[in-house]
Amino acid sequence: MSYLNISNVDVVFPTANGAYIALREVHLEIEQGEFIAIIGHSGCGKSTVLNVVAGLLEATRGGVLLENKEVNSPGPDRAVVFQNHSLLPWLTVYENVRIAVDKVFGKSKSKAERHDWTLHNLKLVHMEHALDKRPGEISGGMKQRVGIARALAMQPKVLLMDEPFGALDALTRAHLQESVMEIQAALNNTVLMITHDVDEAVLLSDRIVMMTNGPAATVGEILKVDLPRPRNRLELADDPTYNHYRAEVLRFLYERQRRPEAA
Amino acid sequence: MSKIIALALAPPVVAEIAPVAEVHQPVRVAANTERQPPASPAYSFPPVSKVRLRAAAIIRAMVLPGAVFLLVLAVWMLVNAKITSDIPTPAATWARALEIFGQPFYVAGPNDMGIGWQVLYSLGRVMAGFALAVAVGIPVGFLMGASRDVHQACYPLVQILRPVSPLAWLPIGLLVFQAKDPSAIFVIFITSIWPVIVNTSAGVQAIPQDYLNVARVLRLGKLEITRRILIPATLPHILTGMRLSLSVAWMVIVAAEMLTGGVGIGFYVWDEWNNLNVASIIVAIGLIGLVGIVLESLMNLAQRHFDYNRR
Repeated sequence: MSYLNISNVDVVFPTANGAYIALREVHLEIEQGEFIAIIGHSGCGKSTVLNVVAGLLEATRGGVLLENKEVNSPGPDRAVVFQNHSLLPWLTVYENVRIAVDKVFGKSKSKAERHDWTLHNLKLVHMEHALDKRPGEISGGMKQRVGIARALAMQPKVLLMDEPFGALDALTRAHLQESVMEIQAALNNTVLMITHDVDEAVLLSDRIVMMTNGPAATVGEILKVDLPRPRNRLELADDPTYNHYRAEVLRFLYERQRRPEAA
Repeated sequence: MSKIIALALAPPVVAEIAPVAEVHQPVRVAANTERQPPASPAYSFPPVSKVRLRAAAIIRAMVLPGAVFLLVLAVWMLVNAKITSDIPTPAATWARALEIFGQPFYVAGPNDMGIGWQVLYSLGRVMAGFALAVAVGIPVGFLMGASRDVHQACYPLVQILRPVSPLAWLPIGLLVFQAKDPSAIFVIFITSIWPVIVNTSAGVQAIPQDYLNVARVLRLGKLEITRRILIPATLPHILTGMRLSLSVAWMVIVAAEMLTGGVGIGFYVWDEWNNLNVASIIVAIGLIGLVGIVLESLMNLAQRHFDYNRR
């Protein structure tokens, strides 16, 4: 049995016009330490998959097993990096991470240890210079760094990232991708990342899960990305294997799963 | 008749001339460029003194309101001279103001106290009614914001009662409490409670789902969610409601006291009207305005202190 098992998940939303089937038979098995990217056109239900794993949304049928235990409510063992950072604006950068540390390690760590652990995680994302700033005073990229630090600080079994860099400009996005690769190399987290960026998916992940269009979206194809780590964006730009993977994903997205409205 | 025709014809004539002017223009431009001094290698601007800029800003801030003030004084004097001399001149009013503020806290009996006492008594009533409204309004607003059922149950009542002038409640207060002071406080309570309820419940409803998702991932308990998410997230809305209700409460107390009597700035105005001391009334109007500004600034300070958006 794999580490994280998304087992034949259906998600159906009741609407005024009857049931809307968002996901049908989504099945995915993820090993410990794997970095998985889920890619698909917007509206295909990528985020729905992540929300089911996070426990924020209940599957209508099927379910999620983490270490053979069923997931049915949210918890810090499946920390989420939200698309729009979701930092609490009345707390400082430090406090935003500390609230998570206190909640998760309130019993197991001393106060001093929790302080050190908070700082450690903020250093990991290079945000130790802005501890006392509030989210309103830092840039979008910095906010997302803090969001990542908060998630990492929970020491999750699975790190869930919901289009974490979608709202950022290209250069900031690249910086943060480097940071994520760096952290991933150091901590070997199990990561499930939602993205709509082909380069991001190929650069970061071990496997790319390509989803078909909704309604009743499901896993279309899974592409194993067999590129050595550490990966370098510049070197890979001319790498034929990298470009092959890239083309594979593009072909899936733009030939086999053309957006209906774009067609 | 012929003149009108000539006027009607005039525009086309101008239009005909216009192109001629255009033809001449390029020549003039060319002449200008010839006369221009050769471009300097780097742009140089005359240095702008910061002190001078600041001084200009201050002068503007004083001169413009000052001009309006003078205009008001002129209208005032005009009313005094042309319409009714019952309105005292600015000079007479100023003299009365000096007299009033010379002894703001004298006590010459229960019905004859300095204007300072009048204001303090009114403020006391406002604060009592306001505090009660906050104490009741915030929890009610929270419940209305958090529970759809409570919202559905209370919303129509709030909507019906909100537009009612709070003074309409005065007779009810007098009946129930059989005393002037509690009735005035009751009116202030009614005045203040609607903005607090409406803004608090709107604030709770406006909390982004993301914050609640963060709370769920962290497995915060109900109490923790209230303390660490709901209260800080709604505080800006609550403070807005409080600021609105306090300024309206200060307006309403004047009217309420006119009706209830007793020590207070509202009754002071009414009393001076009965004595035909119009100068005192004008002084009181100015004072009521100043106190209103002070209350407003205090609320702004509080808002700046507690509102994460403004810090």
